[in-house]
Amino acid sequence: MTIEVEQPSVELSKIAVSETHGEHSPYFAGWKAYDEDPYHESSNPSGVIQMGLAENQVSFDLLEEYLEHHPQEASWGKGASGFRENALFQDYHGLQSFRNAMASFMGQVRGERAKFNPDRVVLTAGATAANELLTFILANPGDALLVPTPYYPGFDRDLRWRTGVNIVPVHCDSSNNFQVTPKALDAAYSRAEAMNIKVKGLLITNPSNPLGATIQRSVLGDILDFVTRKNIHLVSDEIYSGSAFSSTEFVSIAEVLESRDYKDSERVHIVYSLSKDLGLPGFRVGTIYSYNDKVVTTARRMSSFTLISSQTQQLLASMLSDKSFTQNYIKTNRERLKKRYQAIIGGLRNAGIDCLEGNAGLFCWMNLSQLLEKPTRECELDLWNTILQEVKLNISPGSSCHCSEPGWFRVCFANMSEQTLEVALTRIHQFMEGRKTNGGNLNF
Amino acid sequence: MTQTEETTTTGGGRGGGGAKTAMRVIVPLQGVVQGRGGLVLGSIIPCALFYFLQFYLKRHRSEPDPEPTPPDPPAGLHRVQSRLVLSPRGSGGAAHVSGRANSVARQADTPYYVGLKRVSEDPYDVESSPDGVIQLGLAENKLSLDLVQKWLAANARESILGRDLSISGIATYQPLDGLMELKVAVAGFMSQIMEKTVSFNPSQIVLTAGATPAIEMLSFCLADAGNAFLVPSPYYPDLDRDVKWRTGVEIIPVPCRSADNFSLSTTALDQAFNQAKKRGLKVRGVIISNPSNPVGNLFNRETLYNLLDFAREKNIHIISNEILAGSTHGSEEFVSMAEIIDSEDFDRNRVHIVYGLSKDLTLPGFRVGVVYTFNENVLVAAKKMARFSSVSAPTQRLLISMLSDAKFIQNFIKTNRERLRRMYIEFVDGLKQLGIDCMKSSGGFYCWADMSRLLRSYSEKGELELWDKLLNVAKINVTPGSSCHCIEPGWFRLCFTTLEKNDIPIVIERIRKVTES
Repeated sequence: MTIEVEQPSVELSKIAVSETHGEHSPYFAGWKAYDEDPYHESSNPSGVIQMGLAENQVSFDLLEEYLEHHPQEASWGKGASGFRENALFQDYHGLQSFRNAMASFMGQVRGERAKFNPDRVVLTAGATAANELLTFILANPGDALLVPTPYYPGFDRDLRWRTGVNIVPVHCDSSNNFQVTPKALDAAYSRAEAMNIKVKGLLITNPSNPLGATIQRSVLGDILDFVTRKNIHLVSDEIYSGSAFSSTEFVSIAEVLESRDYKDSERVHIVYSLSKDLGLPGFRVGTIYSYNDKVVTTARRMSSFTLISSQTQQLLASMLSDKSFTQNYIKTNRERLKKRYQAIIGGLRNAGIDCLEGNAGLFCWMNLSQLLEKPTRECELDLWNTILQEVKLNISPGSSCHCSEPGWFRVCFANMSEQTLEVALTRIHQFMEGRKTNGGNLNF
Repeated sequence: MTQTEETTTTGGGRGGGGAKTAMRVIVPLQGVVQGRGGLVLGSIIPCALFYFLQFYLKRHRSEPDPEPTPPDPPAGLHRVQSRLVLSPRGSGGAAHVSGRANSVARQADTPYYVGLKRVSEDPYDVESSPDGVIQLGLAENKLSLDLVQKWLAANARESILGRDLSISGIATYQPLDGLMELKVAVAGFMSQIMEKTVSFNPSQIVLTAGATPAIEMLSFCLADAGNAFLVPSPYYPDLDRDVKWRTGVEIIPVPCRSADNFSLSTTALDQAFNQAKKRGLKVRGVIISNPSNPVGNLFNRETLYNLLDFAREKNIHIISNEILAGSTHGSEEFVSMAEIIDSEDFDRNRVHIVYGLSKDLTLPGFRVGVVYTFNENVLVAAKKMARFSSVSAPTQRLLISMLSDAKFIQNFIKTNRERLRRMYIEFVDGLKQLGIDCMKSSGGFYCWADMSRLLRSYSEKGELELWDKLLNVAKINVTPGSSCHCIEPGWFRLCFTTLEKNDIPIVIERIRKVTES
């Protein structure tokens, strides 16, 4: 009798097999359902409407118009020599003209209330890469970043997966519109200490995803005081800064630093990207803006792993430097987003649904807690599943954003046409009507 | 209102490193304490306590430990590490940065980077700056840019935006591991440059922003922090960064010798493997570059089969970096790892190929790299990691167009190879006139020159002195073998693809200044 020895299969790393990428959460499961049965106005009117993707499609026409009137932007502008340098250019400093353009654009988005130095701009292939890169730089494996809840589900992967860094949530609740409080910050820090985990920084998203609201100036002040007191870093992900419905409502951490004469600013780093404000996620353009020289130098070197195509930099440098274009774009984009927001809020209100009062972003934070039989995560997920399967809307459950209160959902409104939004609102209306007739006997 | 109390911790991974080490001490200690012997008790407990004390101090020291230096080859200018350790205390007690960030700061003083900096400060230009430093230290190919440029001038705009100049096609979120159309085009290109000896399946491709993240990605997937890869040396300087920086994975060099024409021997592999074992390092794989950088030789079939046997025996991975496969210029045949694995089904899971368009298509600025793997699980993990280094959409569109232009590509590959060959021959001849011999090479943008007879002392110190003279007296930037972890002093990599033909005599004359002094 021969004994067959089975060769052990070759192993992968722990990172490769871990679930830390978080892609088995409902946040991503809903996308699958959409992929399998996507809504289309004419060819699939009963399909799933994607309301879980925070993408901005409301201002494409402005970009197209620009490209039509500036044909050389899509080709090589400077001609022969321009191309040559461009194709070979893989300097992690990035094209100077592009860095200048980014710094200028960031200033414009903040109504020129803050100025940005191009030499502090580090380029990365998207904000996803920027957040991961900063985490590698600011924290060691086993350390932690504090992140206020609810937060963008992607952070679980972007901040933790390959870095080995933990997230310790800072719990926020509806009693004060989910704002961060010094008490919550201290509580989170103490919890980390009790677990023997070293906190290296606090990461805030302003305007917030999923709340769709800007952080108030006084709260930013409290946050800055907290990180200074604990001697930790502050990362402010301002990826939605250009999506605030009115320029004056958004206060950047840069403005607060300016008002404090940049005292203690070496602990502050801003993440930005063109994916949301300019609606160009496919271009993979992100930046880290740091007030810390060492972080700038280090981030720049590490950006070798995530450089932006020189061709893309070239393409966008001229467009972003064109102040008449950008000013008009920013203004128009804000107006259109505000209009969309009002449309969806109005429609939801008619259906008897309340939302958190928002003033920014590509989504609203909807409260369906009154529909839950019990205030539990399980009931929330049952409701989410019902909405996905029966109402055919993919929305994001608050639990995947680590919200401590069940029943909240993030609903995106900028990644579709106005007509599609109407269809979605009609479906919601019908669903709520259906519930009323059944006298609330549906179990969720 | 339910409060979900959770701290999201990483599953396993490096966060548990400290706990694991502690366990290794605690478990036997428990055994002892349960009454197996007073003598042992008396000796082990103090040792354990001492161990714990050290461990505790290590964790709470404000400054993280520097990277362990590799055992065999001299560490080159890495010796200046101690001088370069930056105090984490910035102005006014600002928050520290991580150990990883600190280790990055140290590398800037190695000759490879110093030389690049010098060139950027004082670059040679035949008209405006004839006394500037000539760049022979960057493995970039400028010889065929005119061909690409012509194509782009005629085709670019439509390629990117399409006939209707619509932006929504390229603006929105795309699959983060690359458009399938580009994967198809790249698979076809890879096959073509390898003279159709093997075909590549687009579904096994993950596109990344350059080969740099491709290699790092595989390091993250195949090894844990503290593990190691075996790498035949000399190897190109940036590999240290790509493999080790953020992953915490080590490289164990496998020295190759001039007596063997710097080819890889299984004996050397075995020795390196055993050395790693003695050091307590778990080897997870072997990384080869084929064609190799800096030597420029090709792996023959037999060596590749032996490598596969070795990997099978040790149950480890093979990463084959074939980024220069299209830049061969000799008469030797290029054999891809994909060809070897075709016939050996079982071992497919351990083979992974890295490719990219920076070298063969001479477009490093566009950032297009490839992870090609036969392992389903690696494919799944790599696809998720691709989000951290995705290829820009307009660039993808452009390249789909370019790579699909069969006539252009065919002509490009052929012409590029001819030009490489001509420059190589002329450059090597020029060096020969100075009495400098080069290792026979069949690919790459460089030659591997033996300047050992010019060393004042046959040592790394002597080599660095010569390098310095070449940089500051001859004003050429070349890469010293020590930066490539070569164990024999006196070898230098000289890249000739950033030169015009007329520059060659100038370079030779400048080197003559040093050889005759």
